[in-house]
Amino acid sequence: MSAIDWITQVLEVVAAVAAAPAFLGWLNQCRAWLQNRRAPSLWLPYRNLRKLFHKEAVIAEGASPLFRIAPYVVFGTMVLAAGIIPSMGTRLPLVGSADAIALVGLFAAARMFMTLAAMDVGTAFGTLGARREMMVGFLAEPALLMVIFVASQISSSTALPVITDHLASGRLGLSPGLAFSAVAFILVLLAENARIPVDNPATHLELTMIHEAMVLEYSARHLALMEWAAQLKLFNYVCIGFALFLPWGVATGHIGPMGLAVAIPALAIKLAVAGAGLALIETLSAKMRVMRIPEFLGTAFLFAVLGLLVHVLLGT
Amino acid sequence: MHRSVHPVVSQFPMLLVGCVALLLGWTVIGLAGLVRPRSVLLTGRLLFPLGALLGLALAVLAGASLLGGGVERLVLPVGLPNLPMHLRLDPLSSIFLVLLGASSFGISLFAGGYFRVGEGTAPGLLCLQYHLFLAAMGLVLIADDAYSFLVAWEVMALSSYFLVTTQHRIPEIRRAGFIYLLMAHVGAICLLLCFGVLQGGSWLFTFHAMRAAHLSLGWATAAFGLALVGFGAKAGLVPLHVWLPEAHPAAPSPVSALMSGVMLKTAVYGMLRVGLDLLGRPVWWWGLAPLILGLLTIVYGVLFAAVQTDMKRLLAYSSVENIGIVFTGIGLTIVFAGSGLHVLAALALLATLYHCLNHAFMKSLLFLGTGSVLHATGERNLGRLGGLIHRMPWVAWLTLIGVLAIAGLPPLNGFVSEWLLLQSFLFTGHLPHAFVNLLIPMGMALVVLGAALAGYVMVKFYGVIFLGQPREASLARAHDCGWLERIGLTWLALGCVALGLFPLQVIRALGAVTHQLIGAVVPQASSHWWLLAPVPGRPVSYEPLVFLTATLAVVLMTVFAVRLTYRQRVRRGPAWDCGAGGLTARMQDTAEGFGQPIRHLFQPFFEIERELPEPTDRAPRYRIAVRERIWRLVYEPIVGAVEGLANTAARLQRGRISVYLLYSFVTLLVLLAVALLK
Repeated sequence: MSAIDWITQVLEVVAAVAAAPAFLGWLNQCRAWLQNRRAPSLWLPYRNLRKLFHKEAVIAEGASPLFRIAPYVVFGTMVLAAGIIPSMGTRLPLVGSADAIALVGLFAAARMFMTLAAMDVGTAFGTLGARREMMVGFLAEPALLMVIFVASQISSSTALPVITDHLASGRLGLSPGLAFSAVAFILVLLAENARIPVDNPATHLELTMIHEAMVLEYSARHLALMEWAAQLKLFNYVCIGFALFLPWGVATGHIGPMGLAVAIPALAIKLAVAGAGLALIETLSAKMRVMRIPEFLGTAFLFAVLGLLVHVLLGT
Repeated sequence: MHRSVHPVVSQFPMLLVGCVALLLGWTVIGLAGLVRPRSVLLTGRLLFPLGALLGLALAVLAGASLLGGGVERLVLPVGLPNLPMHLRLDPLSSIFLVLLGASSFGISLFAGGYFRVGEGTAPGLLCLQYHLFLAAMGLVLIADDAYSFLVAWEVMALSSYFLVTTQHRIPEIRRAGFIYLLMAHVGAICLLLCFGVLQGGSWLFTFHAMRAAHLSLGWATAAFGLALVGFGAKAGLVPLHVWLPEAHPAAPSPVSALMSGVMLKTAVYGMLRVGLDLLGRPVWWWGLAPLILGLLTIVYGVLFAAVQTDMKRLLAYSSVENIGIVFTGIGLTIVFAGSGLHVLAALALLATLYHCLNHAFMKSLLFLGTGSVLHATGERNLGRLGGLIHRMPWVAWLTLIGVLAIAGLPPLNGFVSEWLLLQSFLFTGHLPHAFVNLLIPMGMALVVLGAALAGYVMVKFYGVIFLGQPREASLARAHDCGWLERIGLTWLALGCVALGLFPLQVIRALGAVTHQLIGAVVPQASSHWWLLAPVPGRPVSYEPLVFLTATLAVVLMTVFAVRLTYRQRVRRGPAWDCGAGGLTARMQDTAEGFGQPIRHLFQPFFEIERELPEPTDRAPRYRIAVRERIWRLVYEPIVGAVEGLANTAARLQRGRISVYLLYSFVTLLVLLAVALLK
């Protein structure tokens, strides 16, 4: 590992942490435009975080240390995940430490801490949110794994950089198995990041909320970390999507300044398009009833399994 | 399967003699408990810790044997005349002895602080039953002929039966013990028949003779099927798992830990011994039975775990799920080994053995944690617990490690074995059987679904017991566990962490076992001691240490960055009650509530009995009970048939001497007629 690899690795993580709020801001902007509203500023998420970090933190009386540790753990795992996903280059030092299964495990760990923290204070909202989050999670997580397995069957490895390398060097068209899993992946992405058909990030109505119910007891810097972690999670998921389905522009092989000069603009363009696409999906669909979510995710799971079966059947 | 493997037989079986001495030591400790059966001081403070040390010594001896990779034999002239006891210590026995010794060290220490007077059986007698149970499990693992094996197997079943019925004054516990004993014997009959088939007409019941016997495919298949039923009944394979959720909650917690963590693994040992060692080269389609049953068991176990309201029952169903994972691994091993894919078979076997080790530590830890909770609160019902992290920090934080491990989260141990299992699924590539190739993705889907649901179950388990507000006022008096219990729990938690962080060292040690059973080892592509990469040529890796370091580094950096930049104080305030006021502990989700999505989604699996309140009820009551359909569909018809048969046979029994004389007379006539006709 040369110095430039390490520099790129740090750059990748820092860029993800720094750009995640902007991506959410961009998504909200696109959504506002599509809905004929005046768009909020791109920097609104940053201002929000700044405001939260400067406030006095209030913690509920019955909260245990777990409640205070959780935001740091959740944020930390998301930052680490940003380092594992090959969003700029595939020869980075950290990517060997965890393959795609471990990455999903990392997301699961974040979810576990978040739900446990939500149950910690012992209010009706917290436990309700935790239960719903686990309901989303137990179907979304296997679906995501199956999506990854399709790609890893094609490239015969579960390591994300190898998958990206393989798919980037291959022909442009999606293989049929991968096409099924792409559909599954989009469904999982919407569910896991509390986006519209599954959860409404803008709501505070108890009947519908999932993510917001879990973080209801948090305030100030703890809330800021939770929010930032959620933004990073969205960013990470989109980057996983790029690594699996749109690997073009990622620097394969040893990365140099030239590679970075291609990779960074490519990533920016892909993010801009993805944000607009997500905004379109969210505008076109309506929030589902909570008990319909398993059907939605069950569809995703079936699509992913189908993708794998198609891949095995065609034997490519 | 490969006769080419000729293990070195050492001159004097030193390690094996050592192991036998330790097993005898356990028996002596047990008998010593009878000297003063009512003395908690003698049993708790002296005998149980002593037994724990013997367990540690056993783990060390077996570990030495495993690393040496040799085979030791010993013939002891005990038992019936001309039927000496054959013992053998090979890598397969050694790894399970390590499992027994290492996890019993933690469990016995905990038990020393746990057993007290006034709970059914006297402590001294418990001490005898407990240590006999340990010694019998050890003997099962080193027995080298069918007689010793079955005798040890029966001692194991009986001693654990008495341990389960420690509180024999409670009718439910007696019933649980009866079901356990019944299933144990159904299994034992199958094993008896299995060994009968395996001797192949030679009438020699040593394992050595069974390896040499040549069986036709039909007989070999019959032996495999009998072993699957026999060992499956002990391990808790669906549909033979019904005793588990009854017996585990009934037993005292250290016994539940021992049964779930270790005893179930003796059945796995038996399955591996018969399926991969005694039967020689397995046929690939044998593997489909354990594979499919294992997958079914995973989903079944975890779904029922999700809807339980008794914390120990929940853990029992979780054990069923984990046994499913283990049997899935066994099935894959056999499919691969029978298809000639030896490296893959070795990988699947590795995942199986690794999961056995993991489960021994994490499930013991969780069961002991529930034991402490039970002692402190007297409650097993999740609906009456909550908020114990404030009252019992030691138990809560150590249990958290077990919870994260069993949910399969990196970098703890549960993740490693699931990772290995998924890798062996993924590397399947192209088996020569098209049908199986299609089955593999479905199997993989069920495994990951089970893993995700295990996370759900564990959030429920931990969240409802330890987090939130206490649901009963009496919980305010709960106390943390004593120092012996703390040492035991810490040991098991450390085991979970170590197995998670140093997988490569464990895998190297397990190499001797895969070499013995499959004839292949999983080659290590890399020379780095921290890098786990199962199959060379396939660039896959997982570095738990780097992973942990990176996670910790990032988390700590975040903590410091936030602390340094923002120094606002933290204030405590009441939880947000929507301005309505009067937030009570009753408003939290209950265990029933937390399981509701699962109950709703997988309704056809459950038999649900619901009692809903009427709007006019003065004292509204909501009750829900979830039963297994399997009782009504499978077991009740069988019980009915057996009872019918018994009643028919009972007609012969008239209770009048003249009728019995008539029977003798008729029998005599029939025999005479037969003799004359010949």
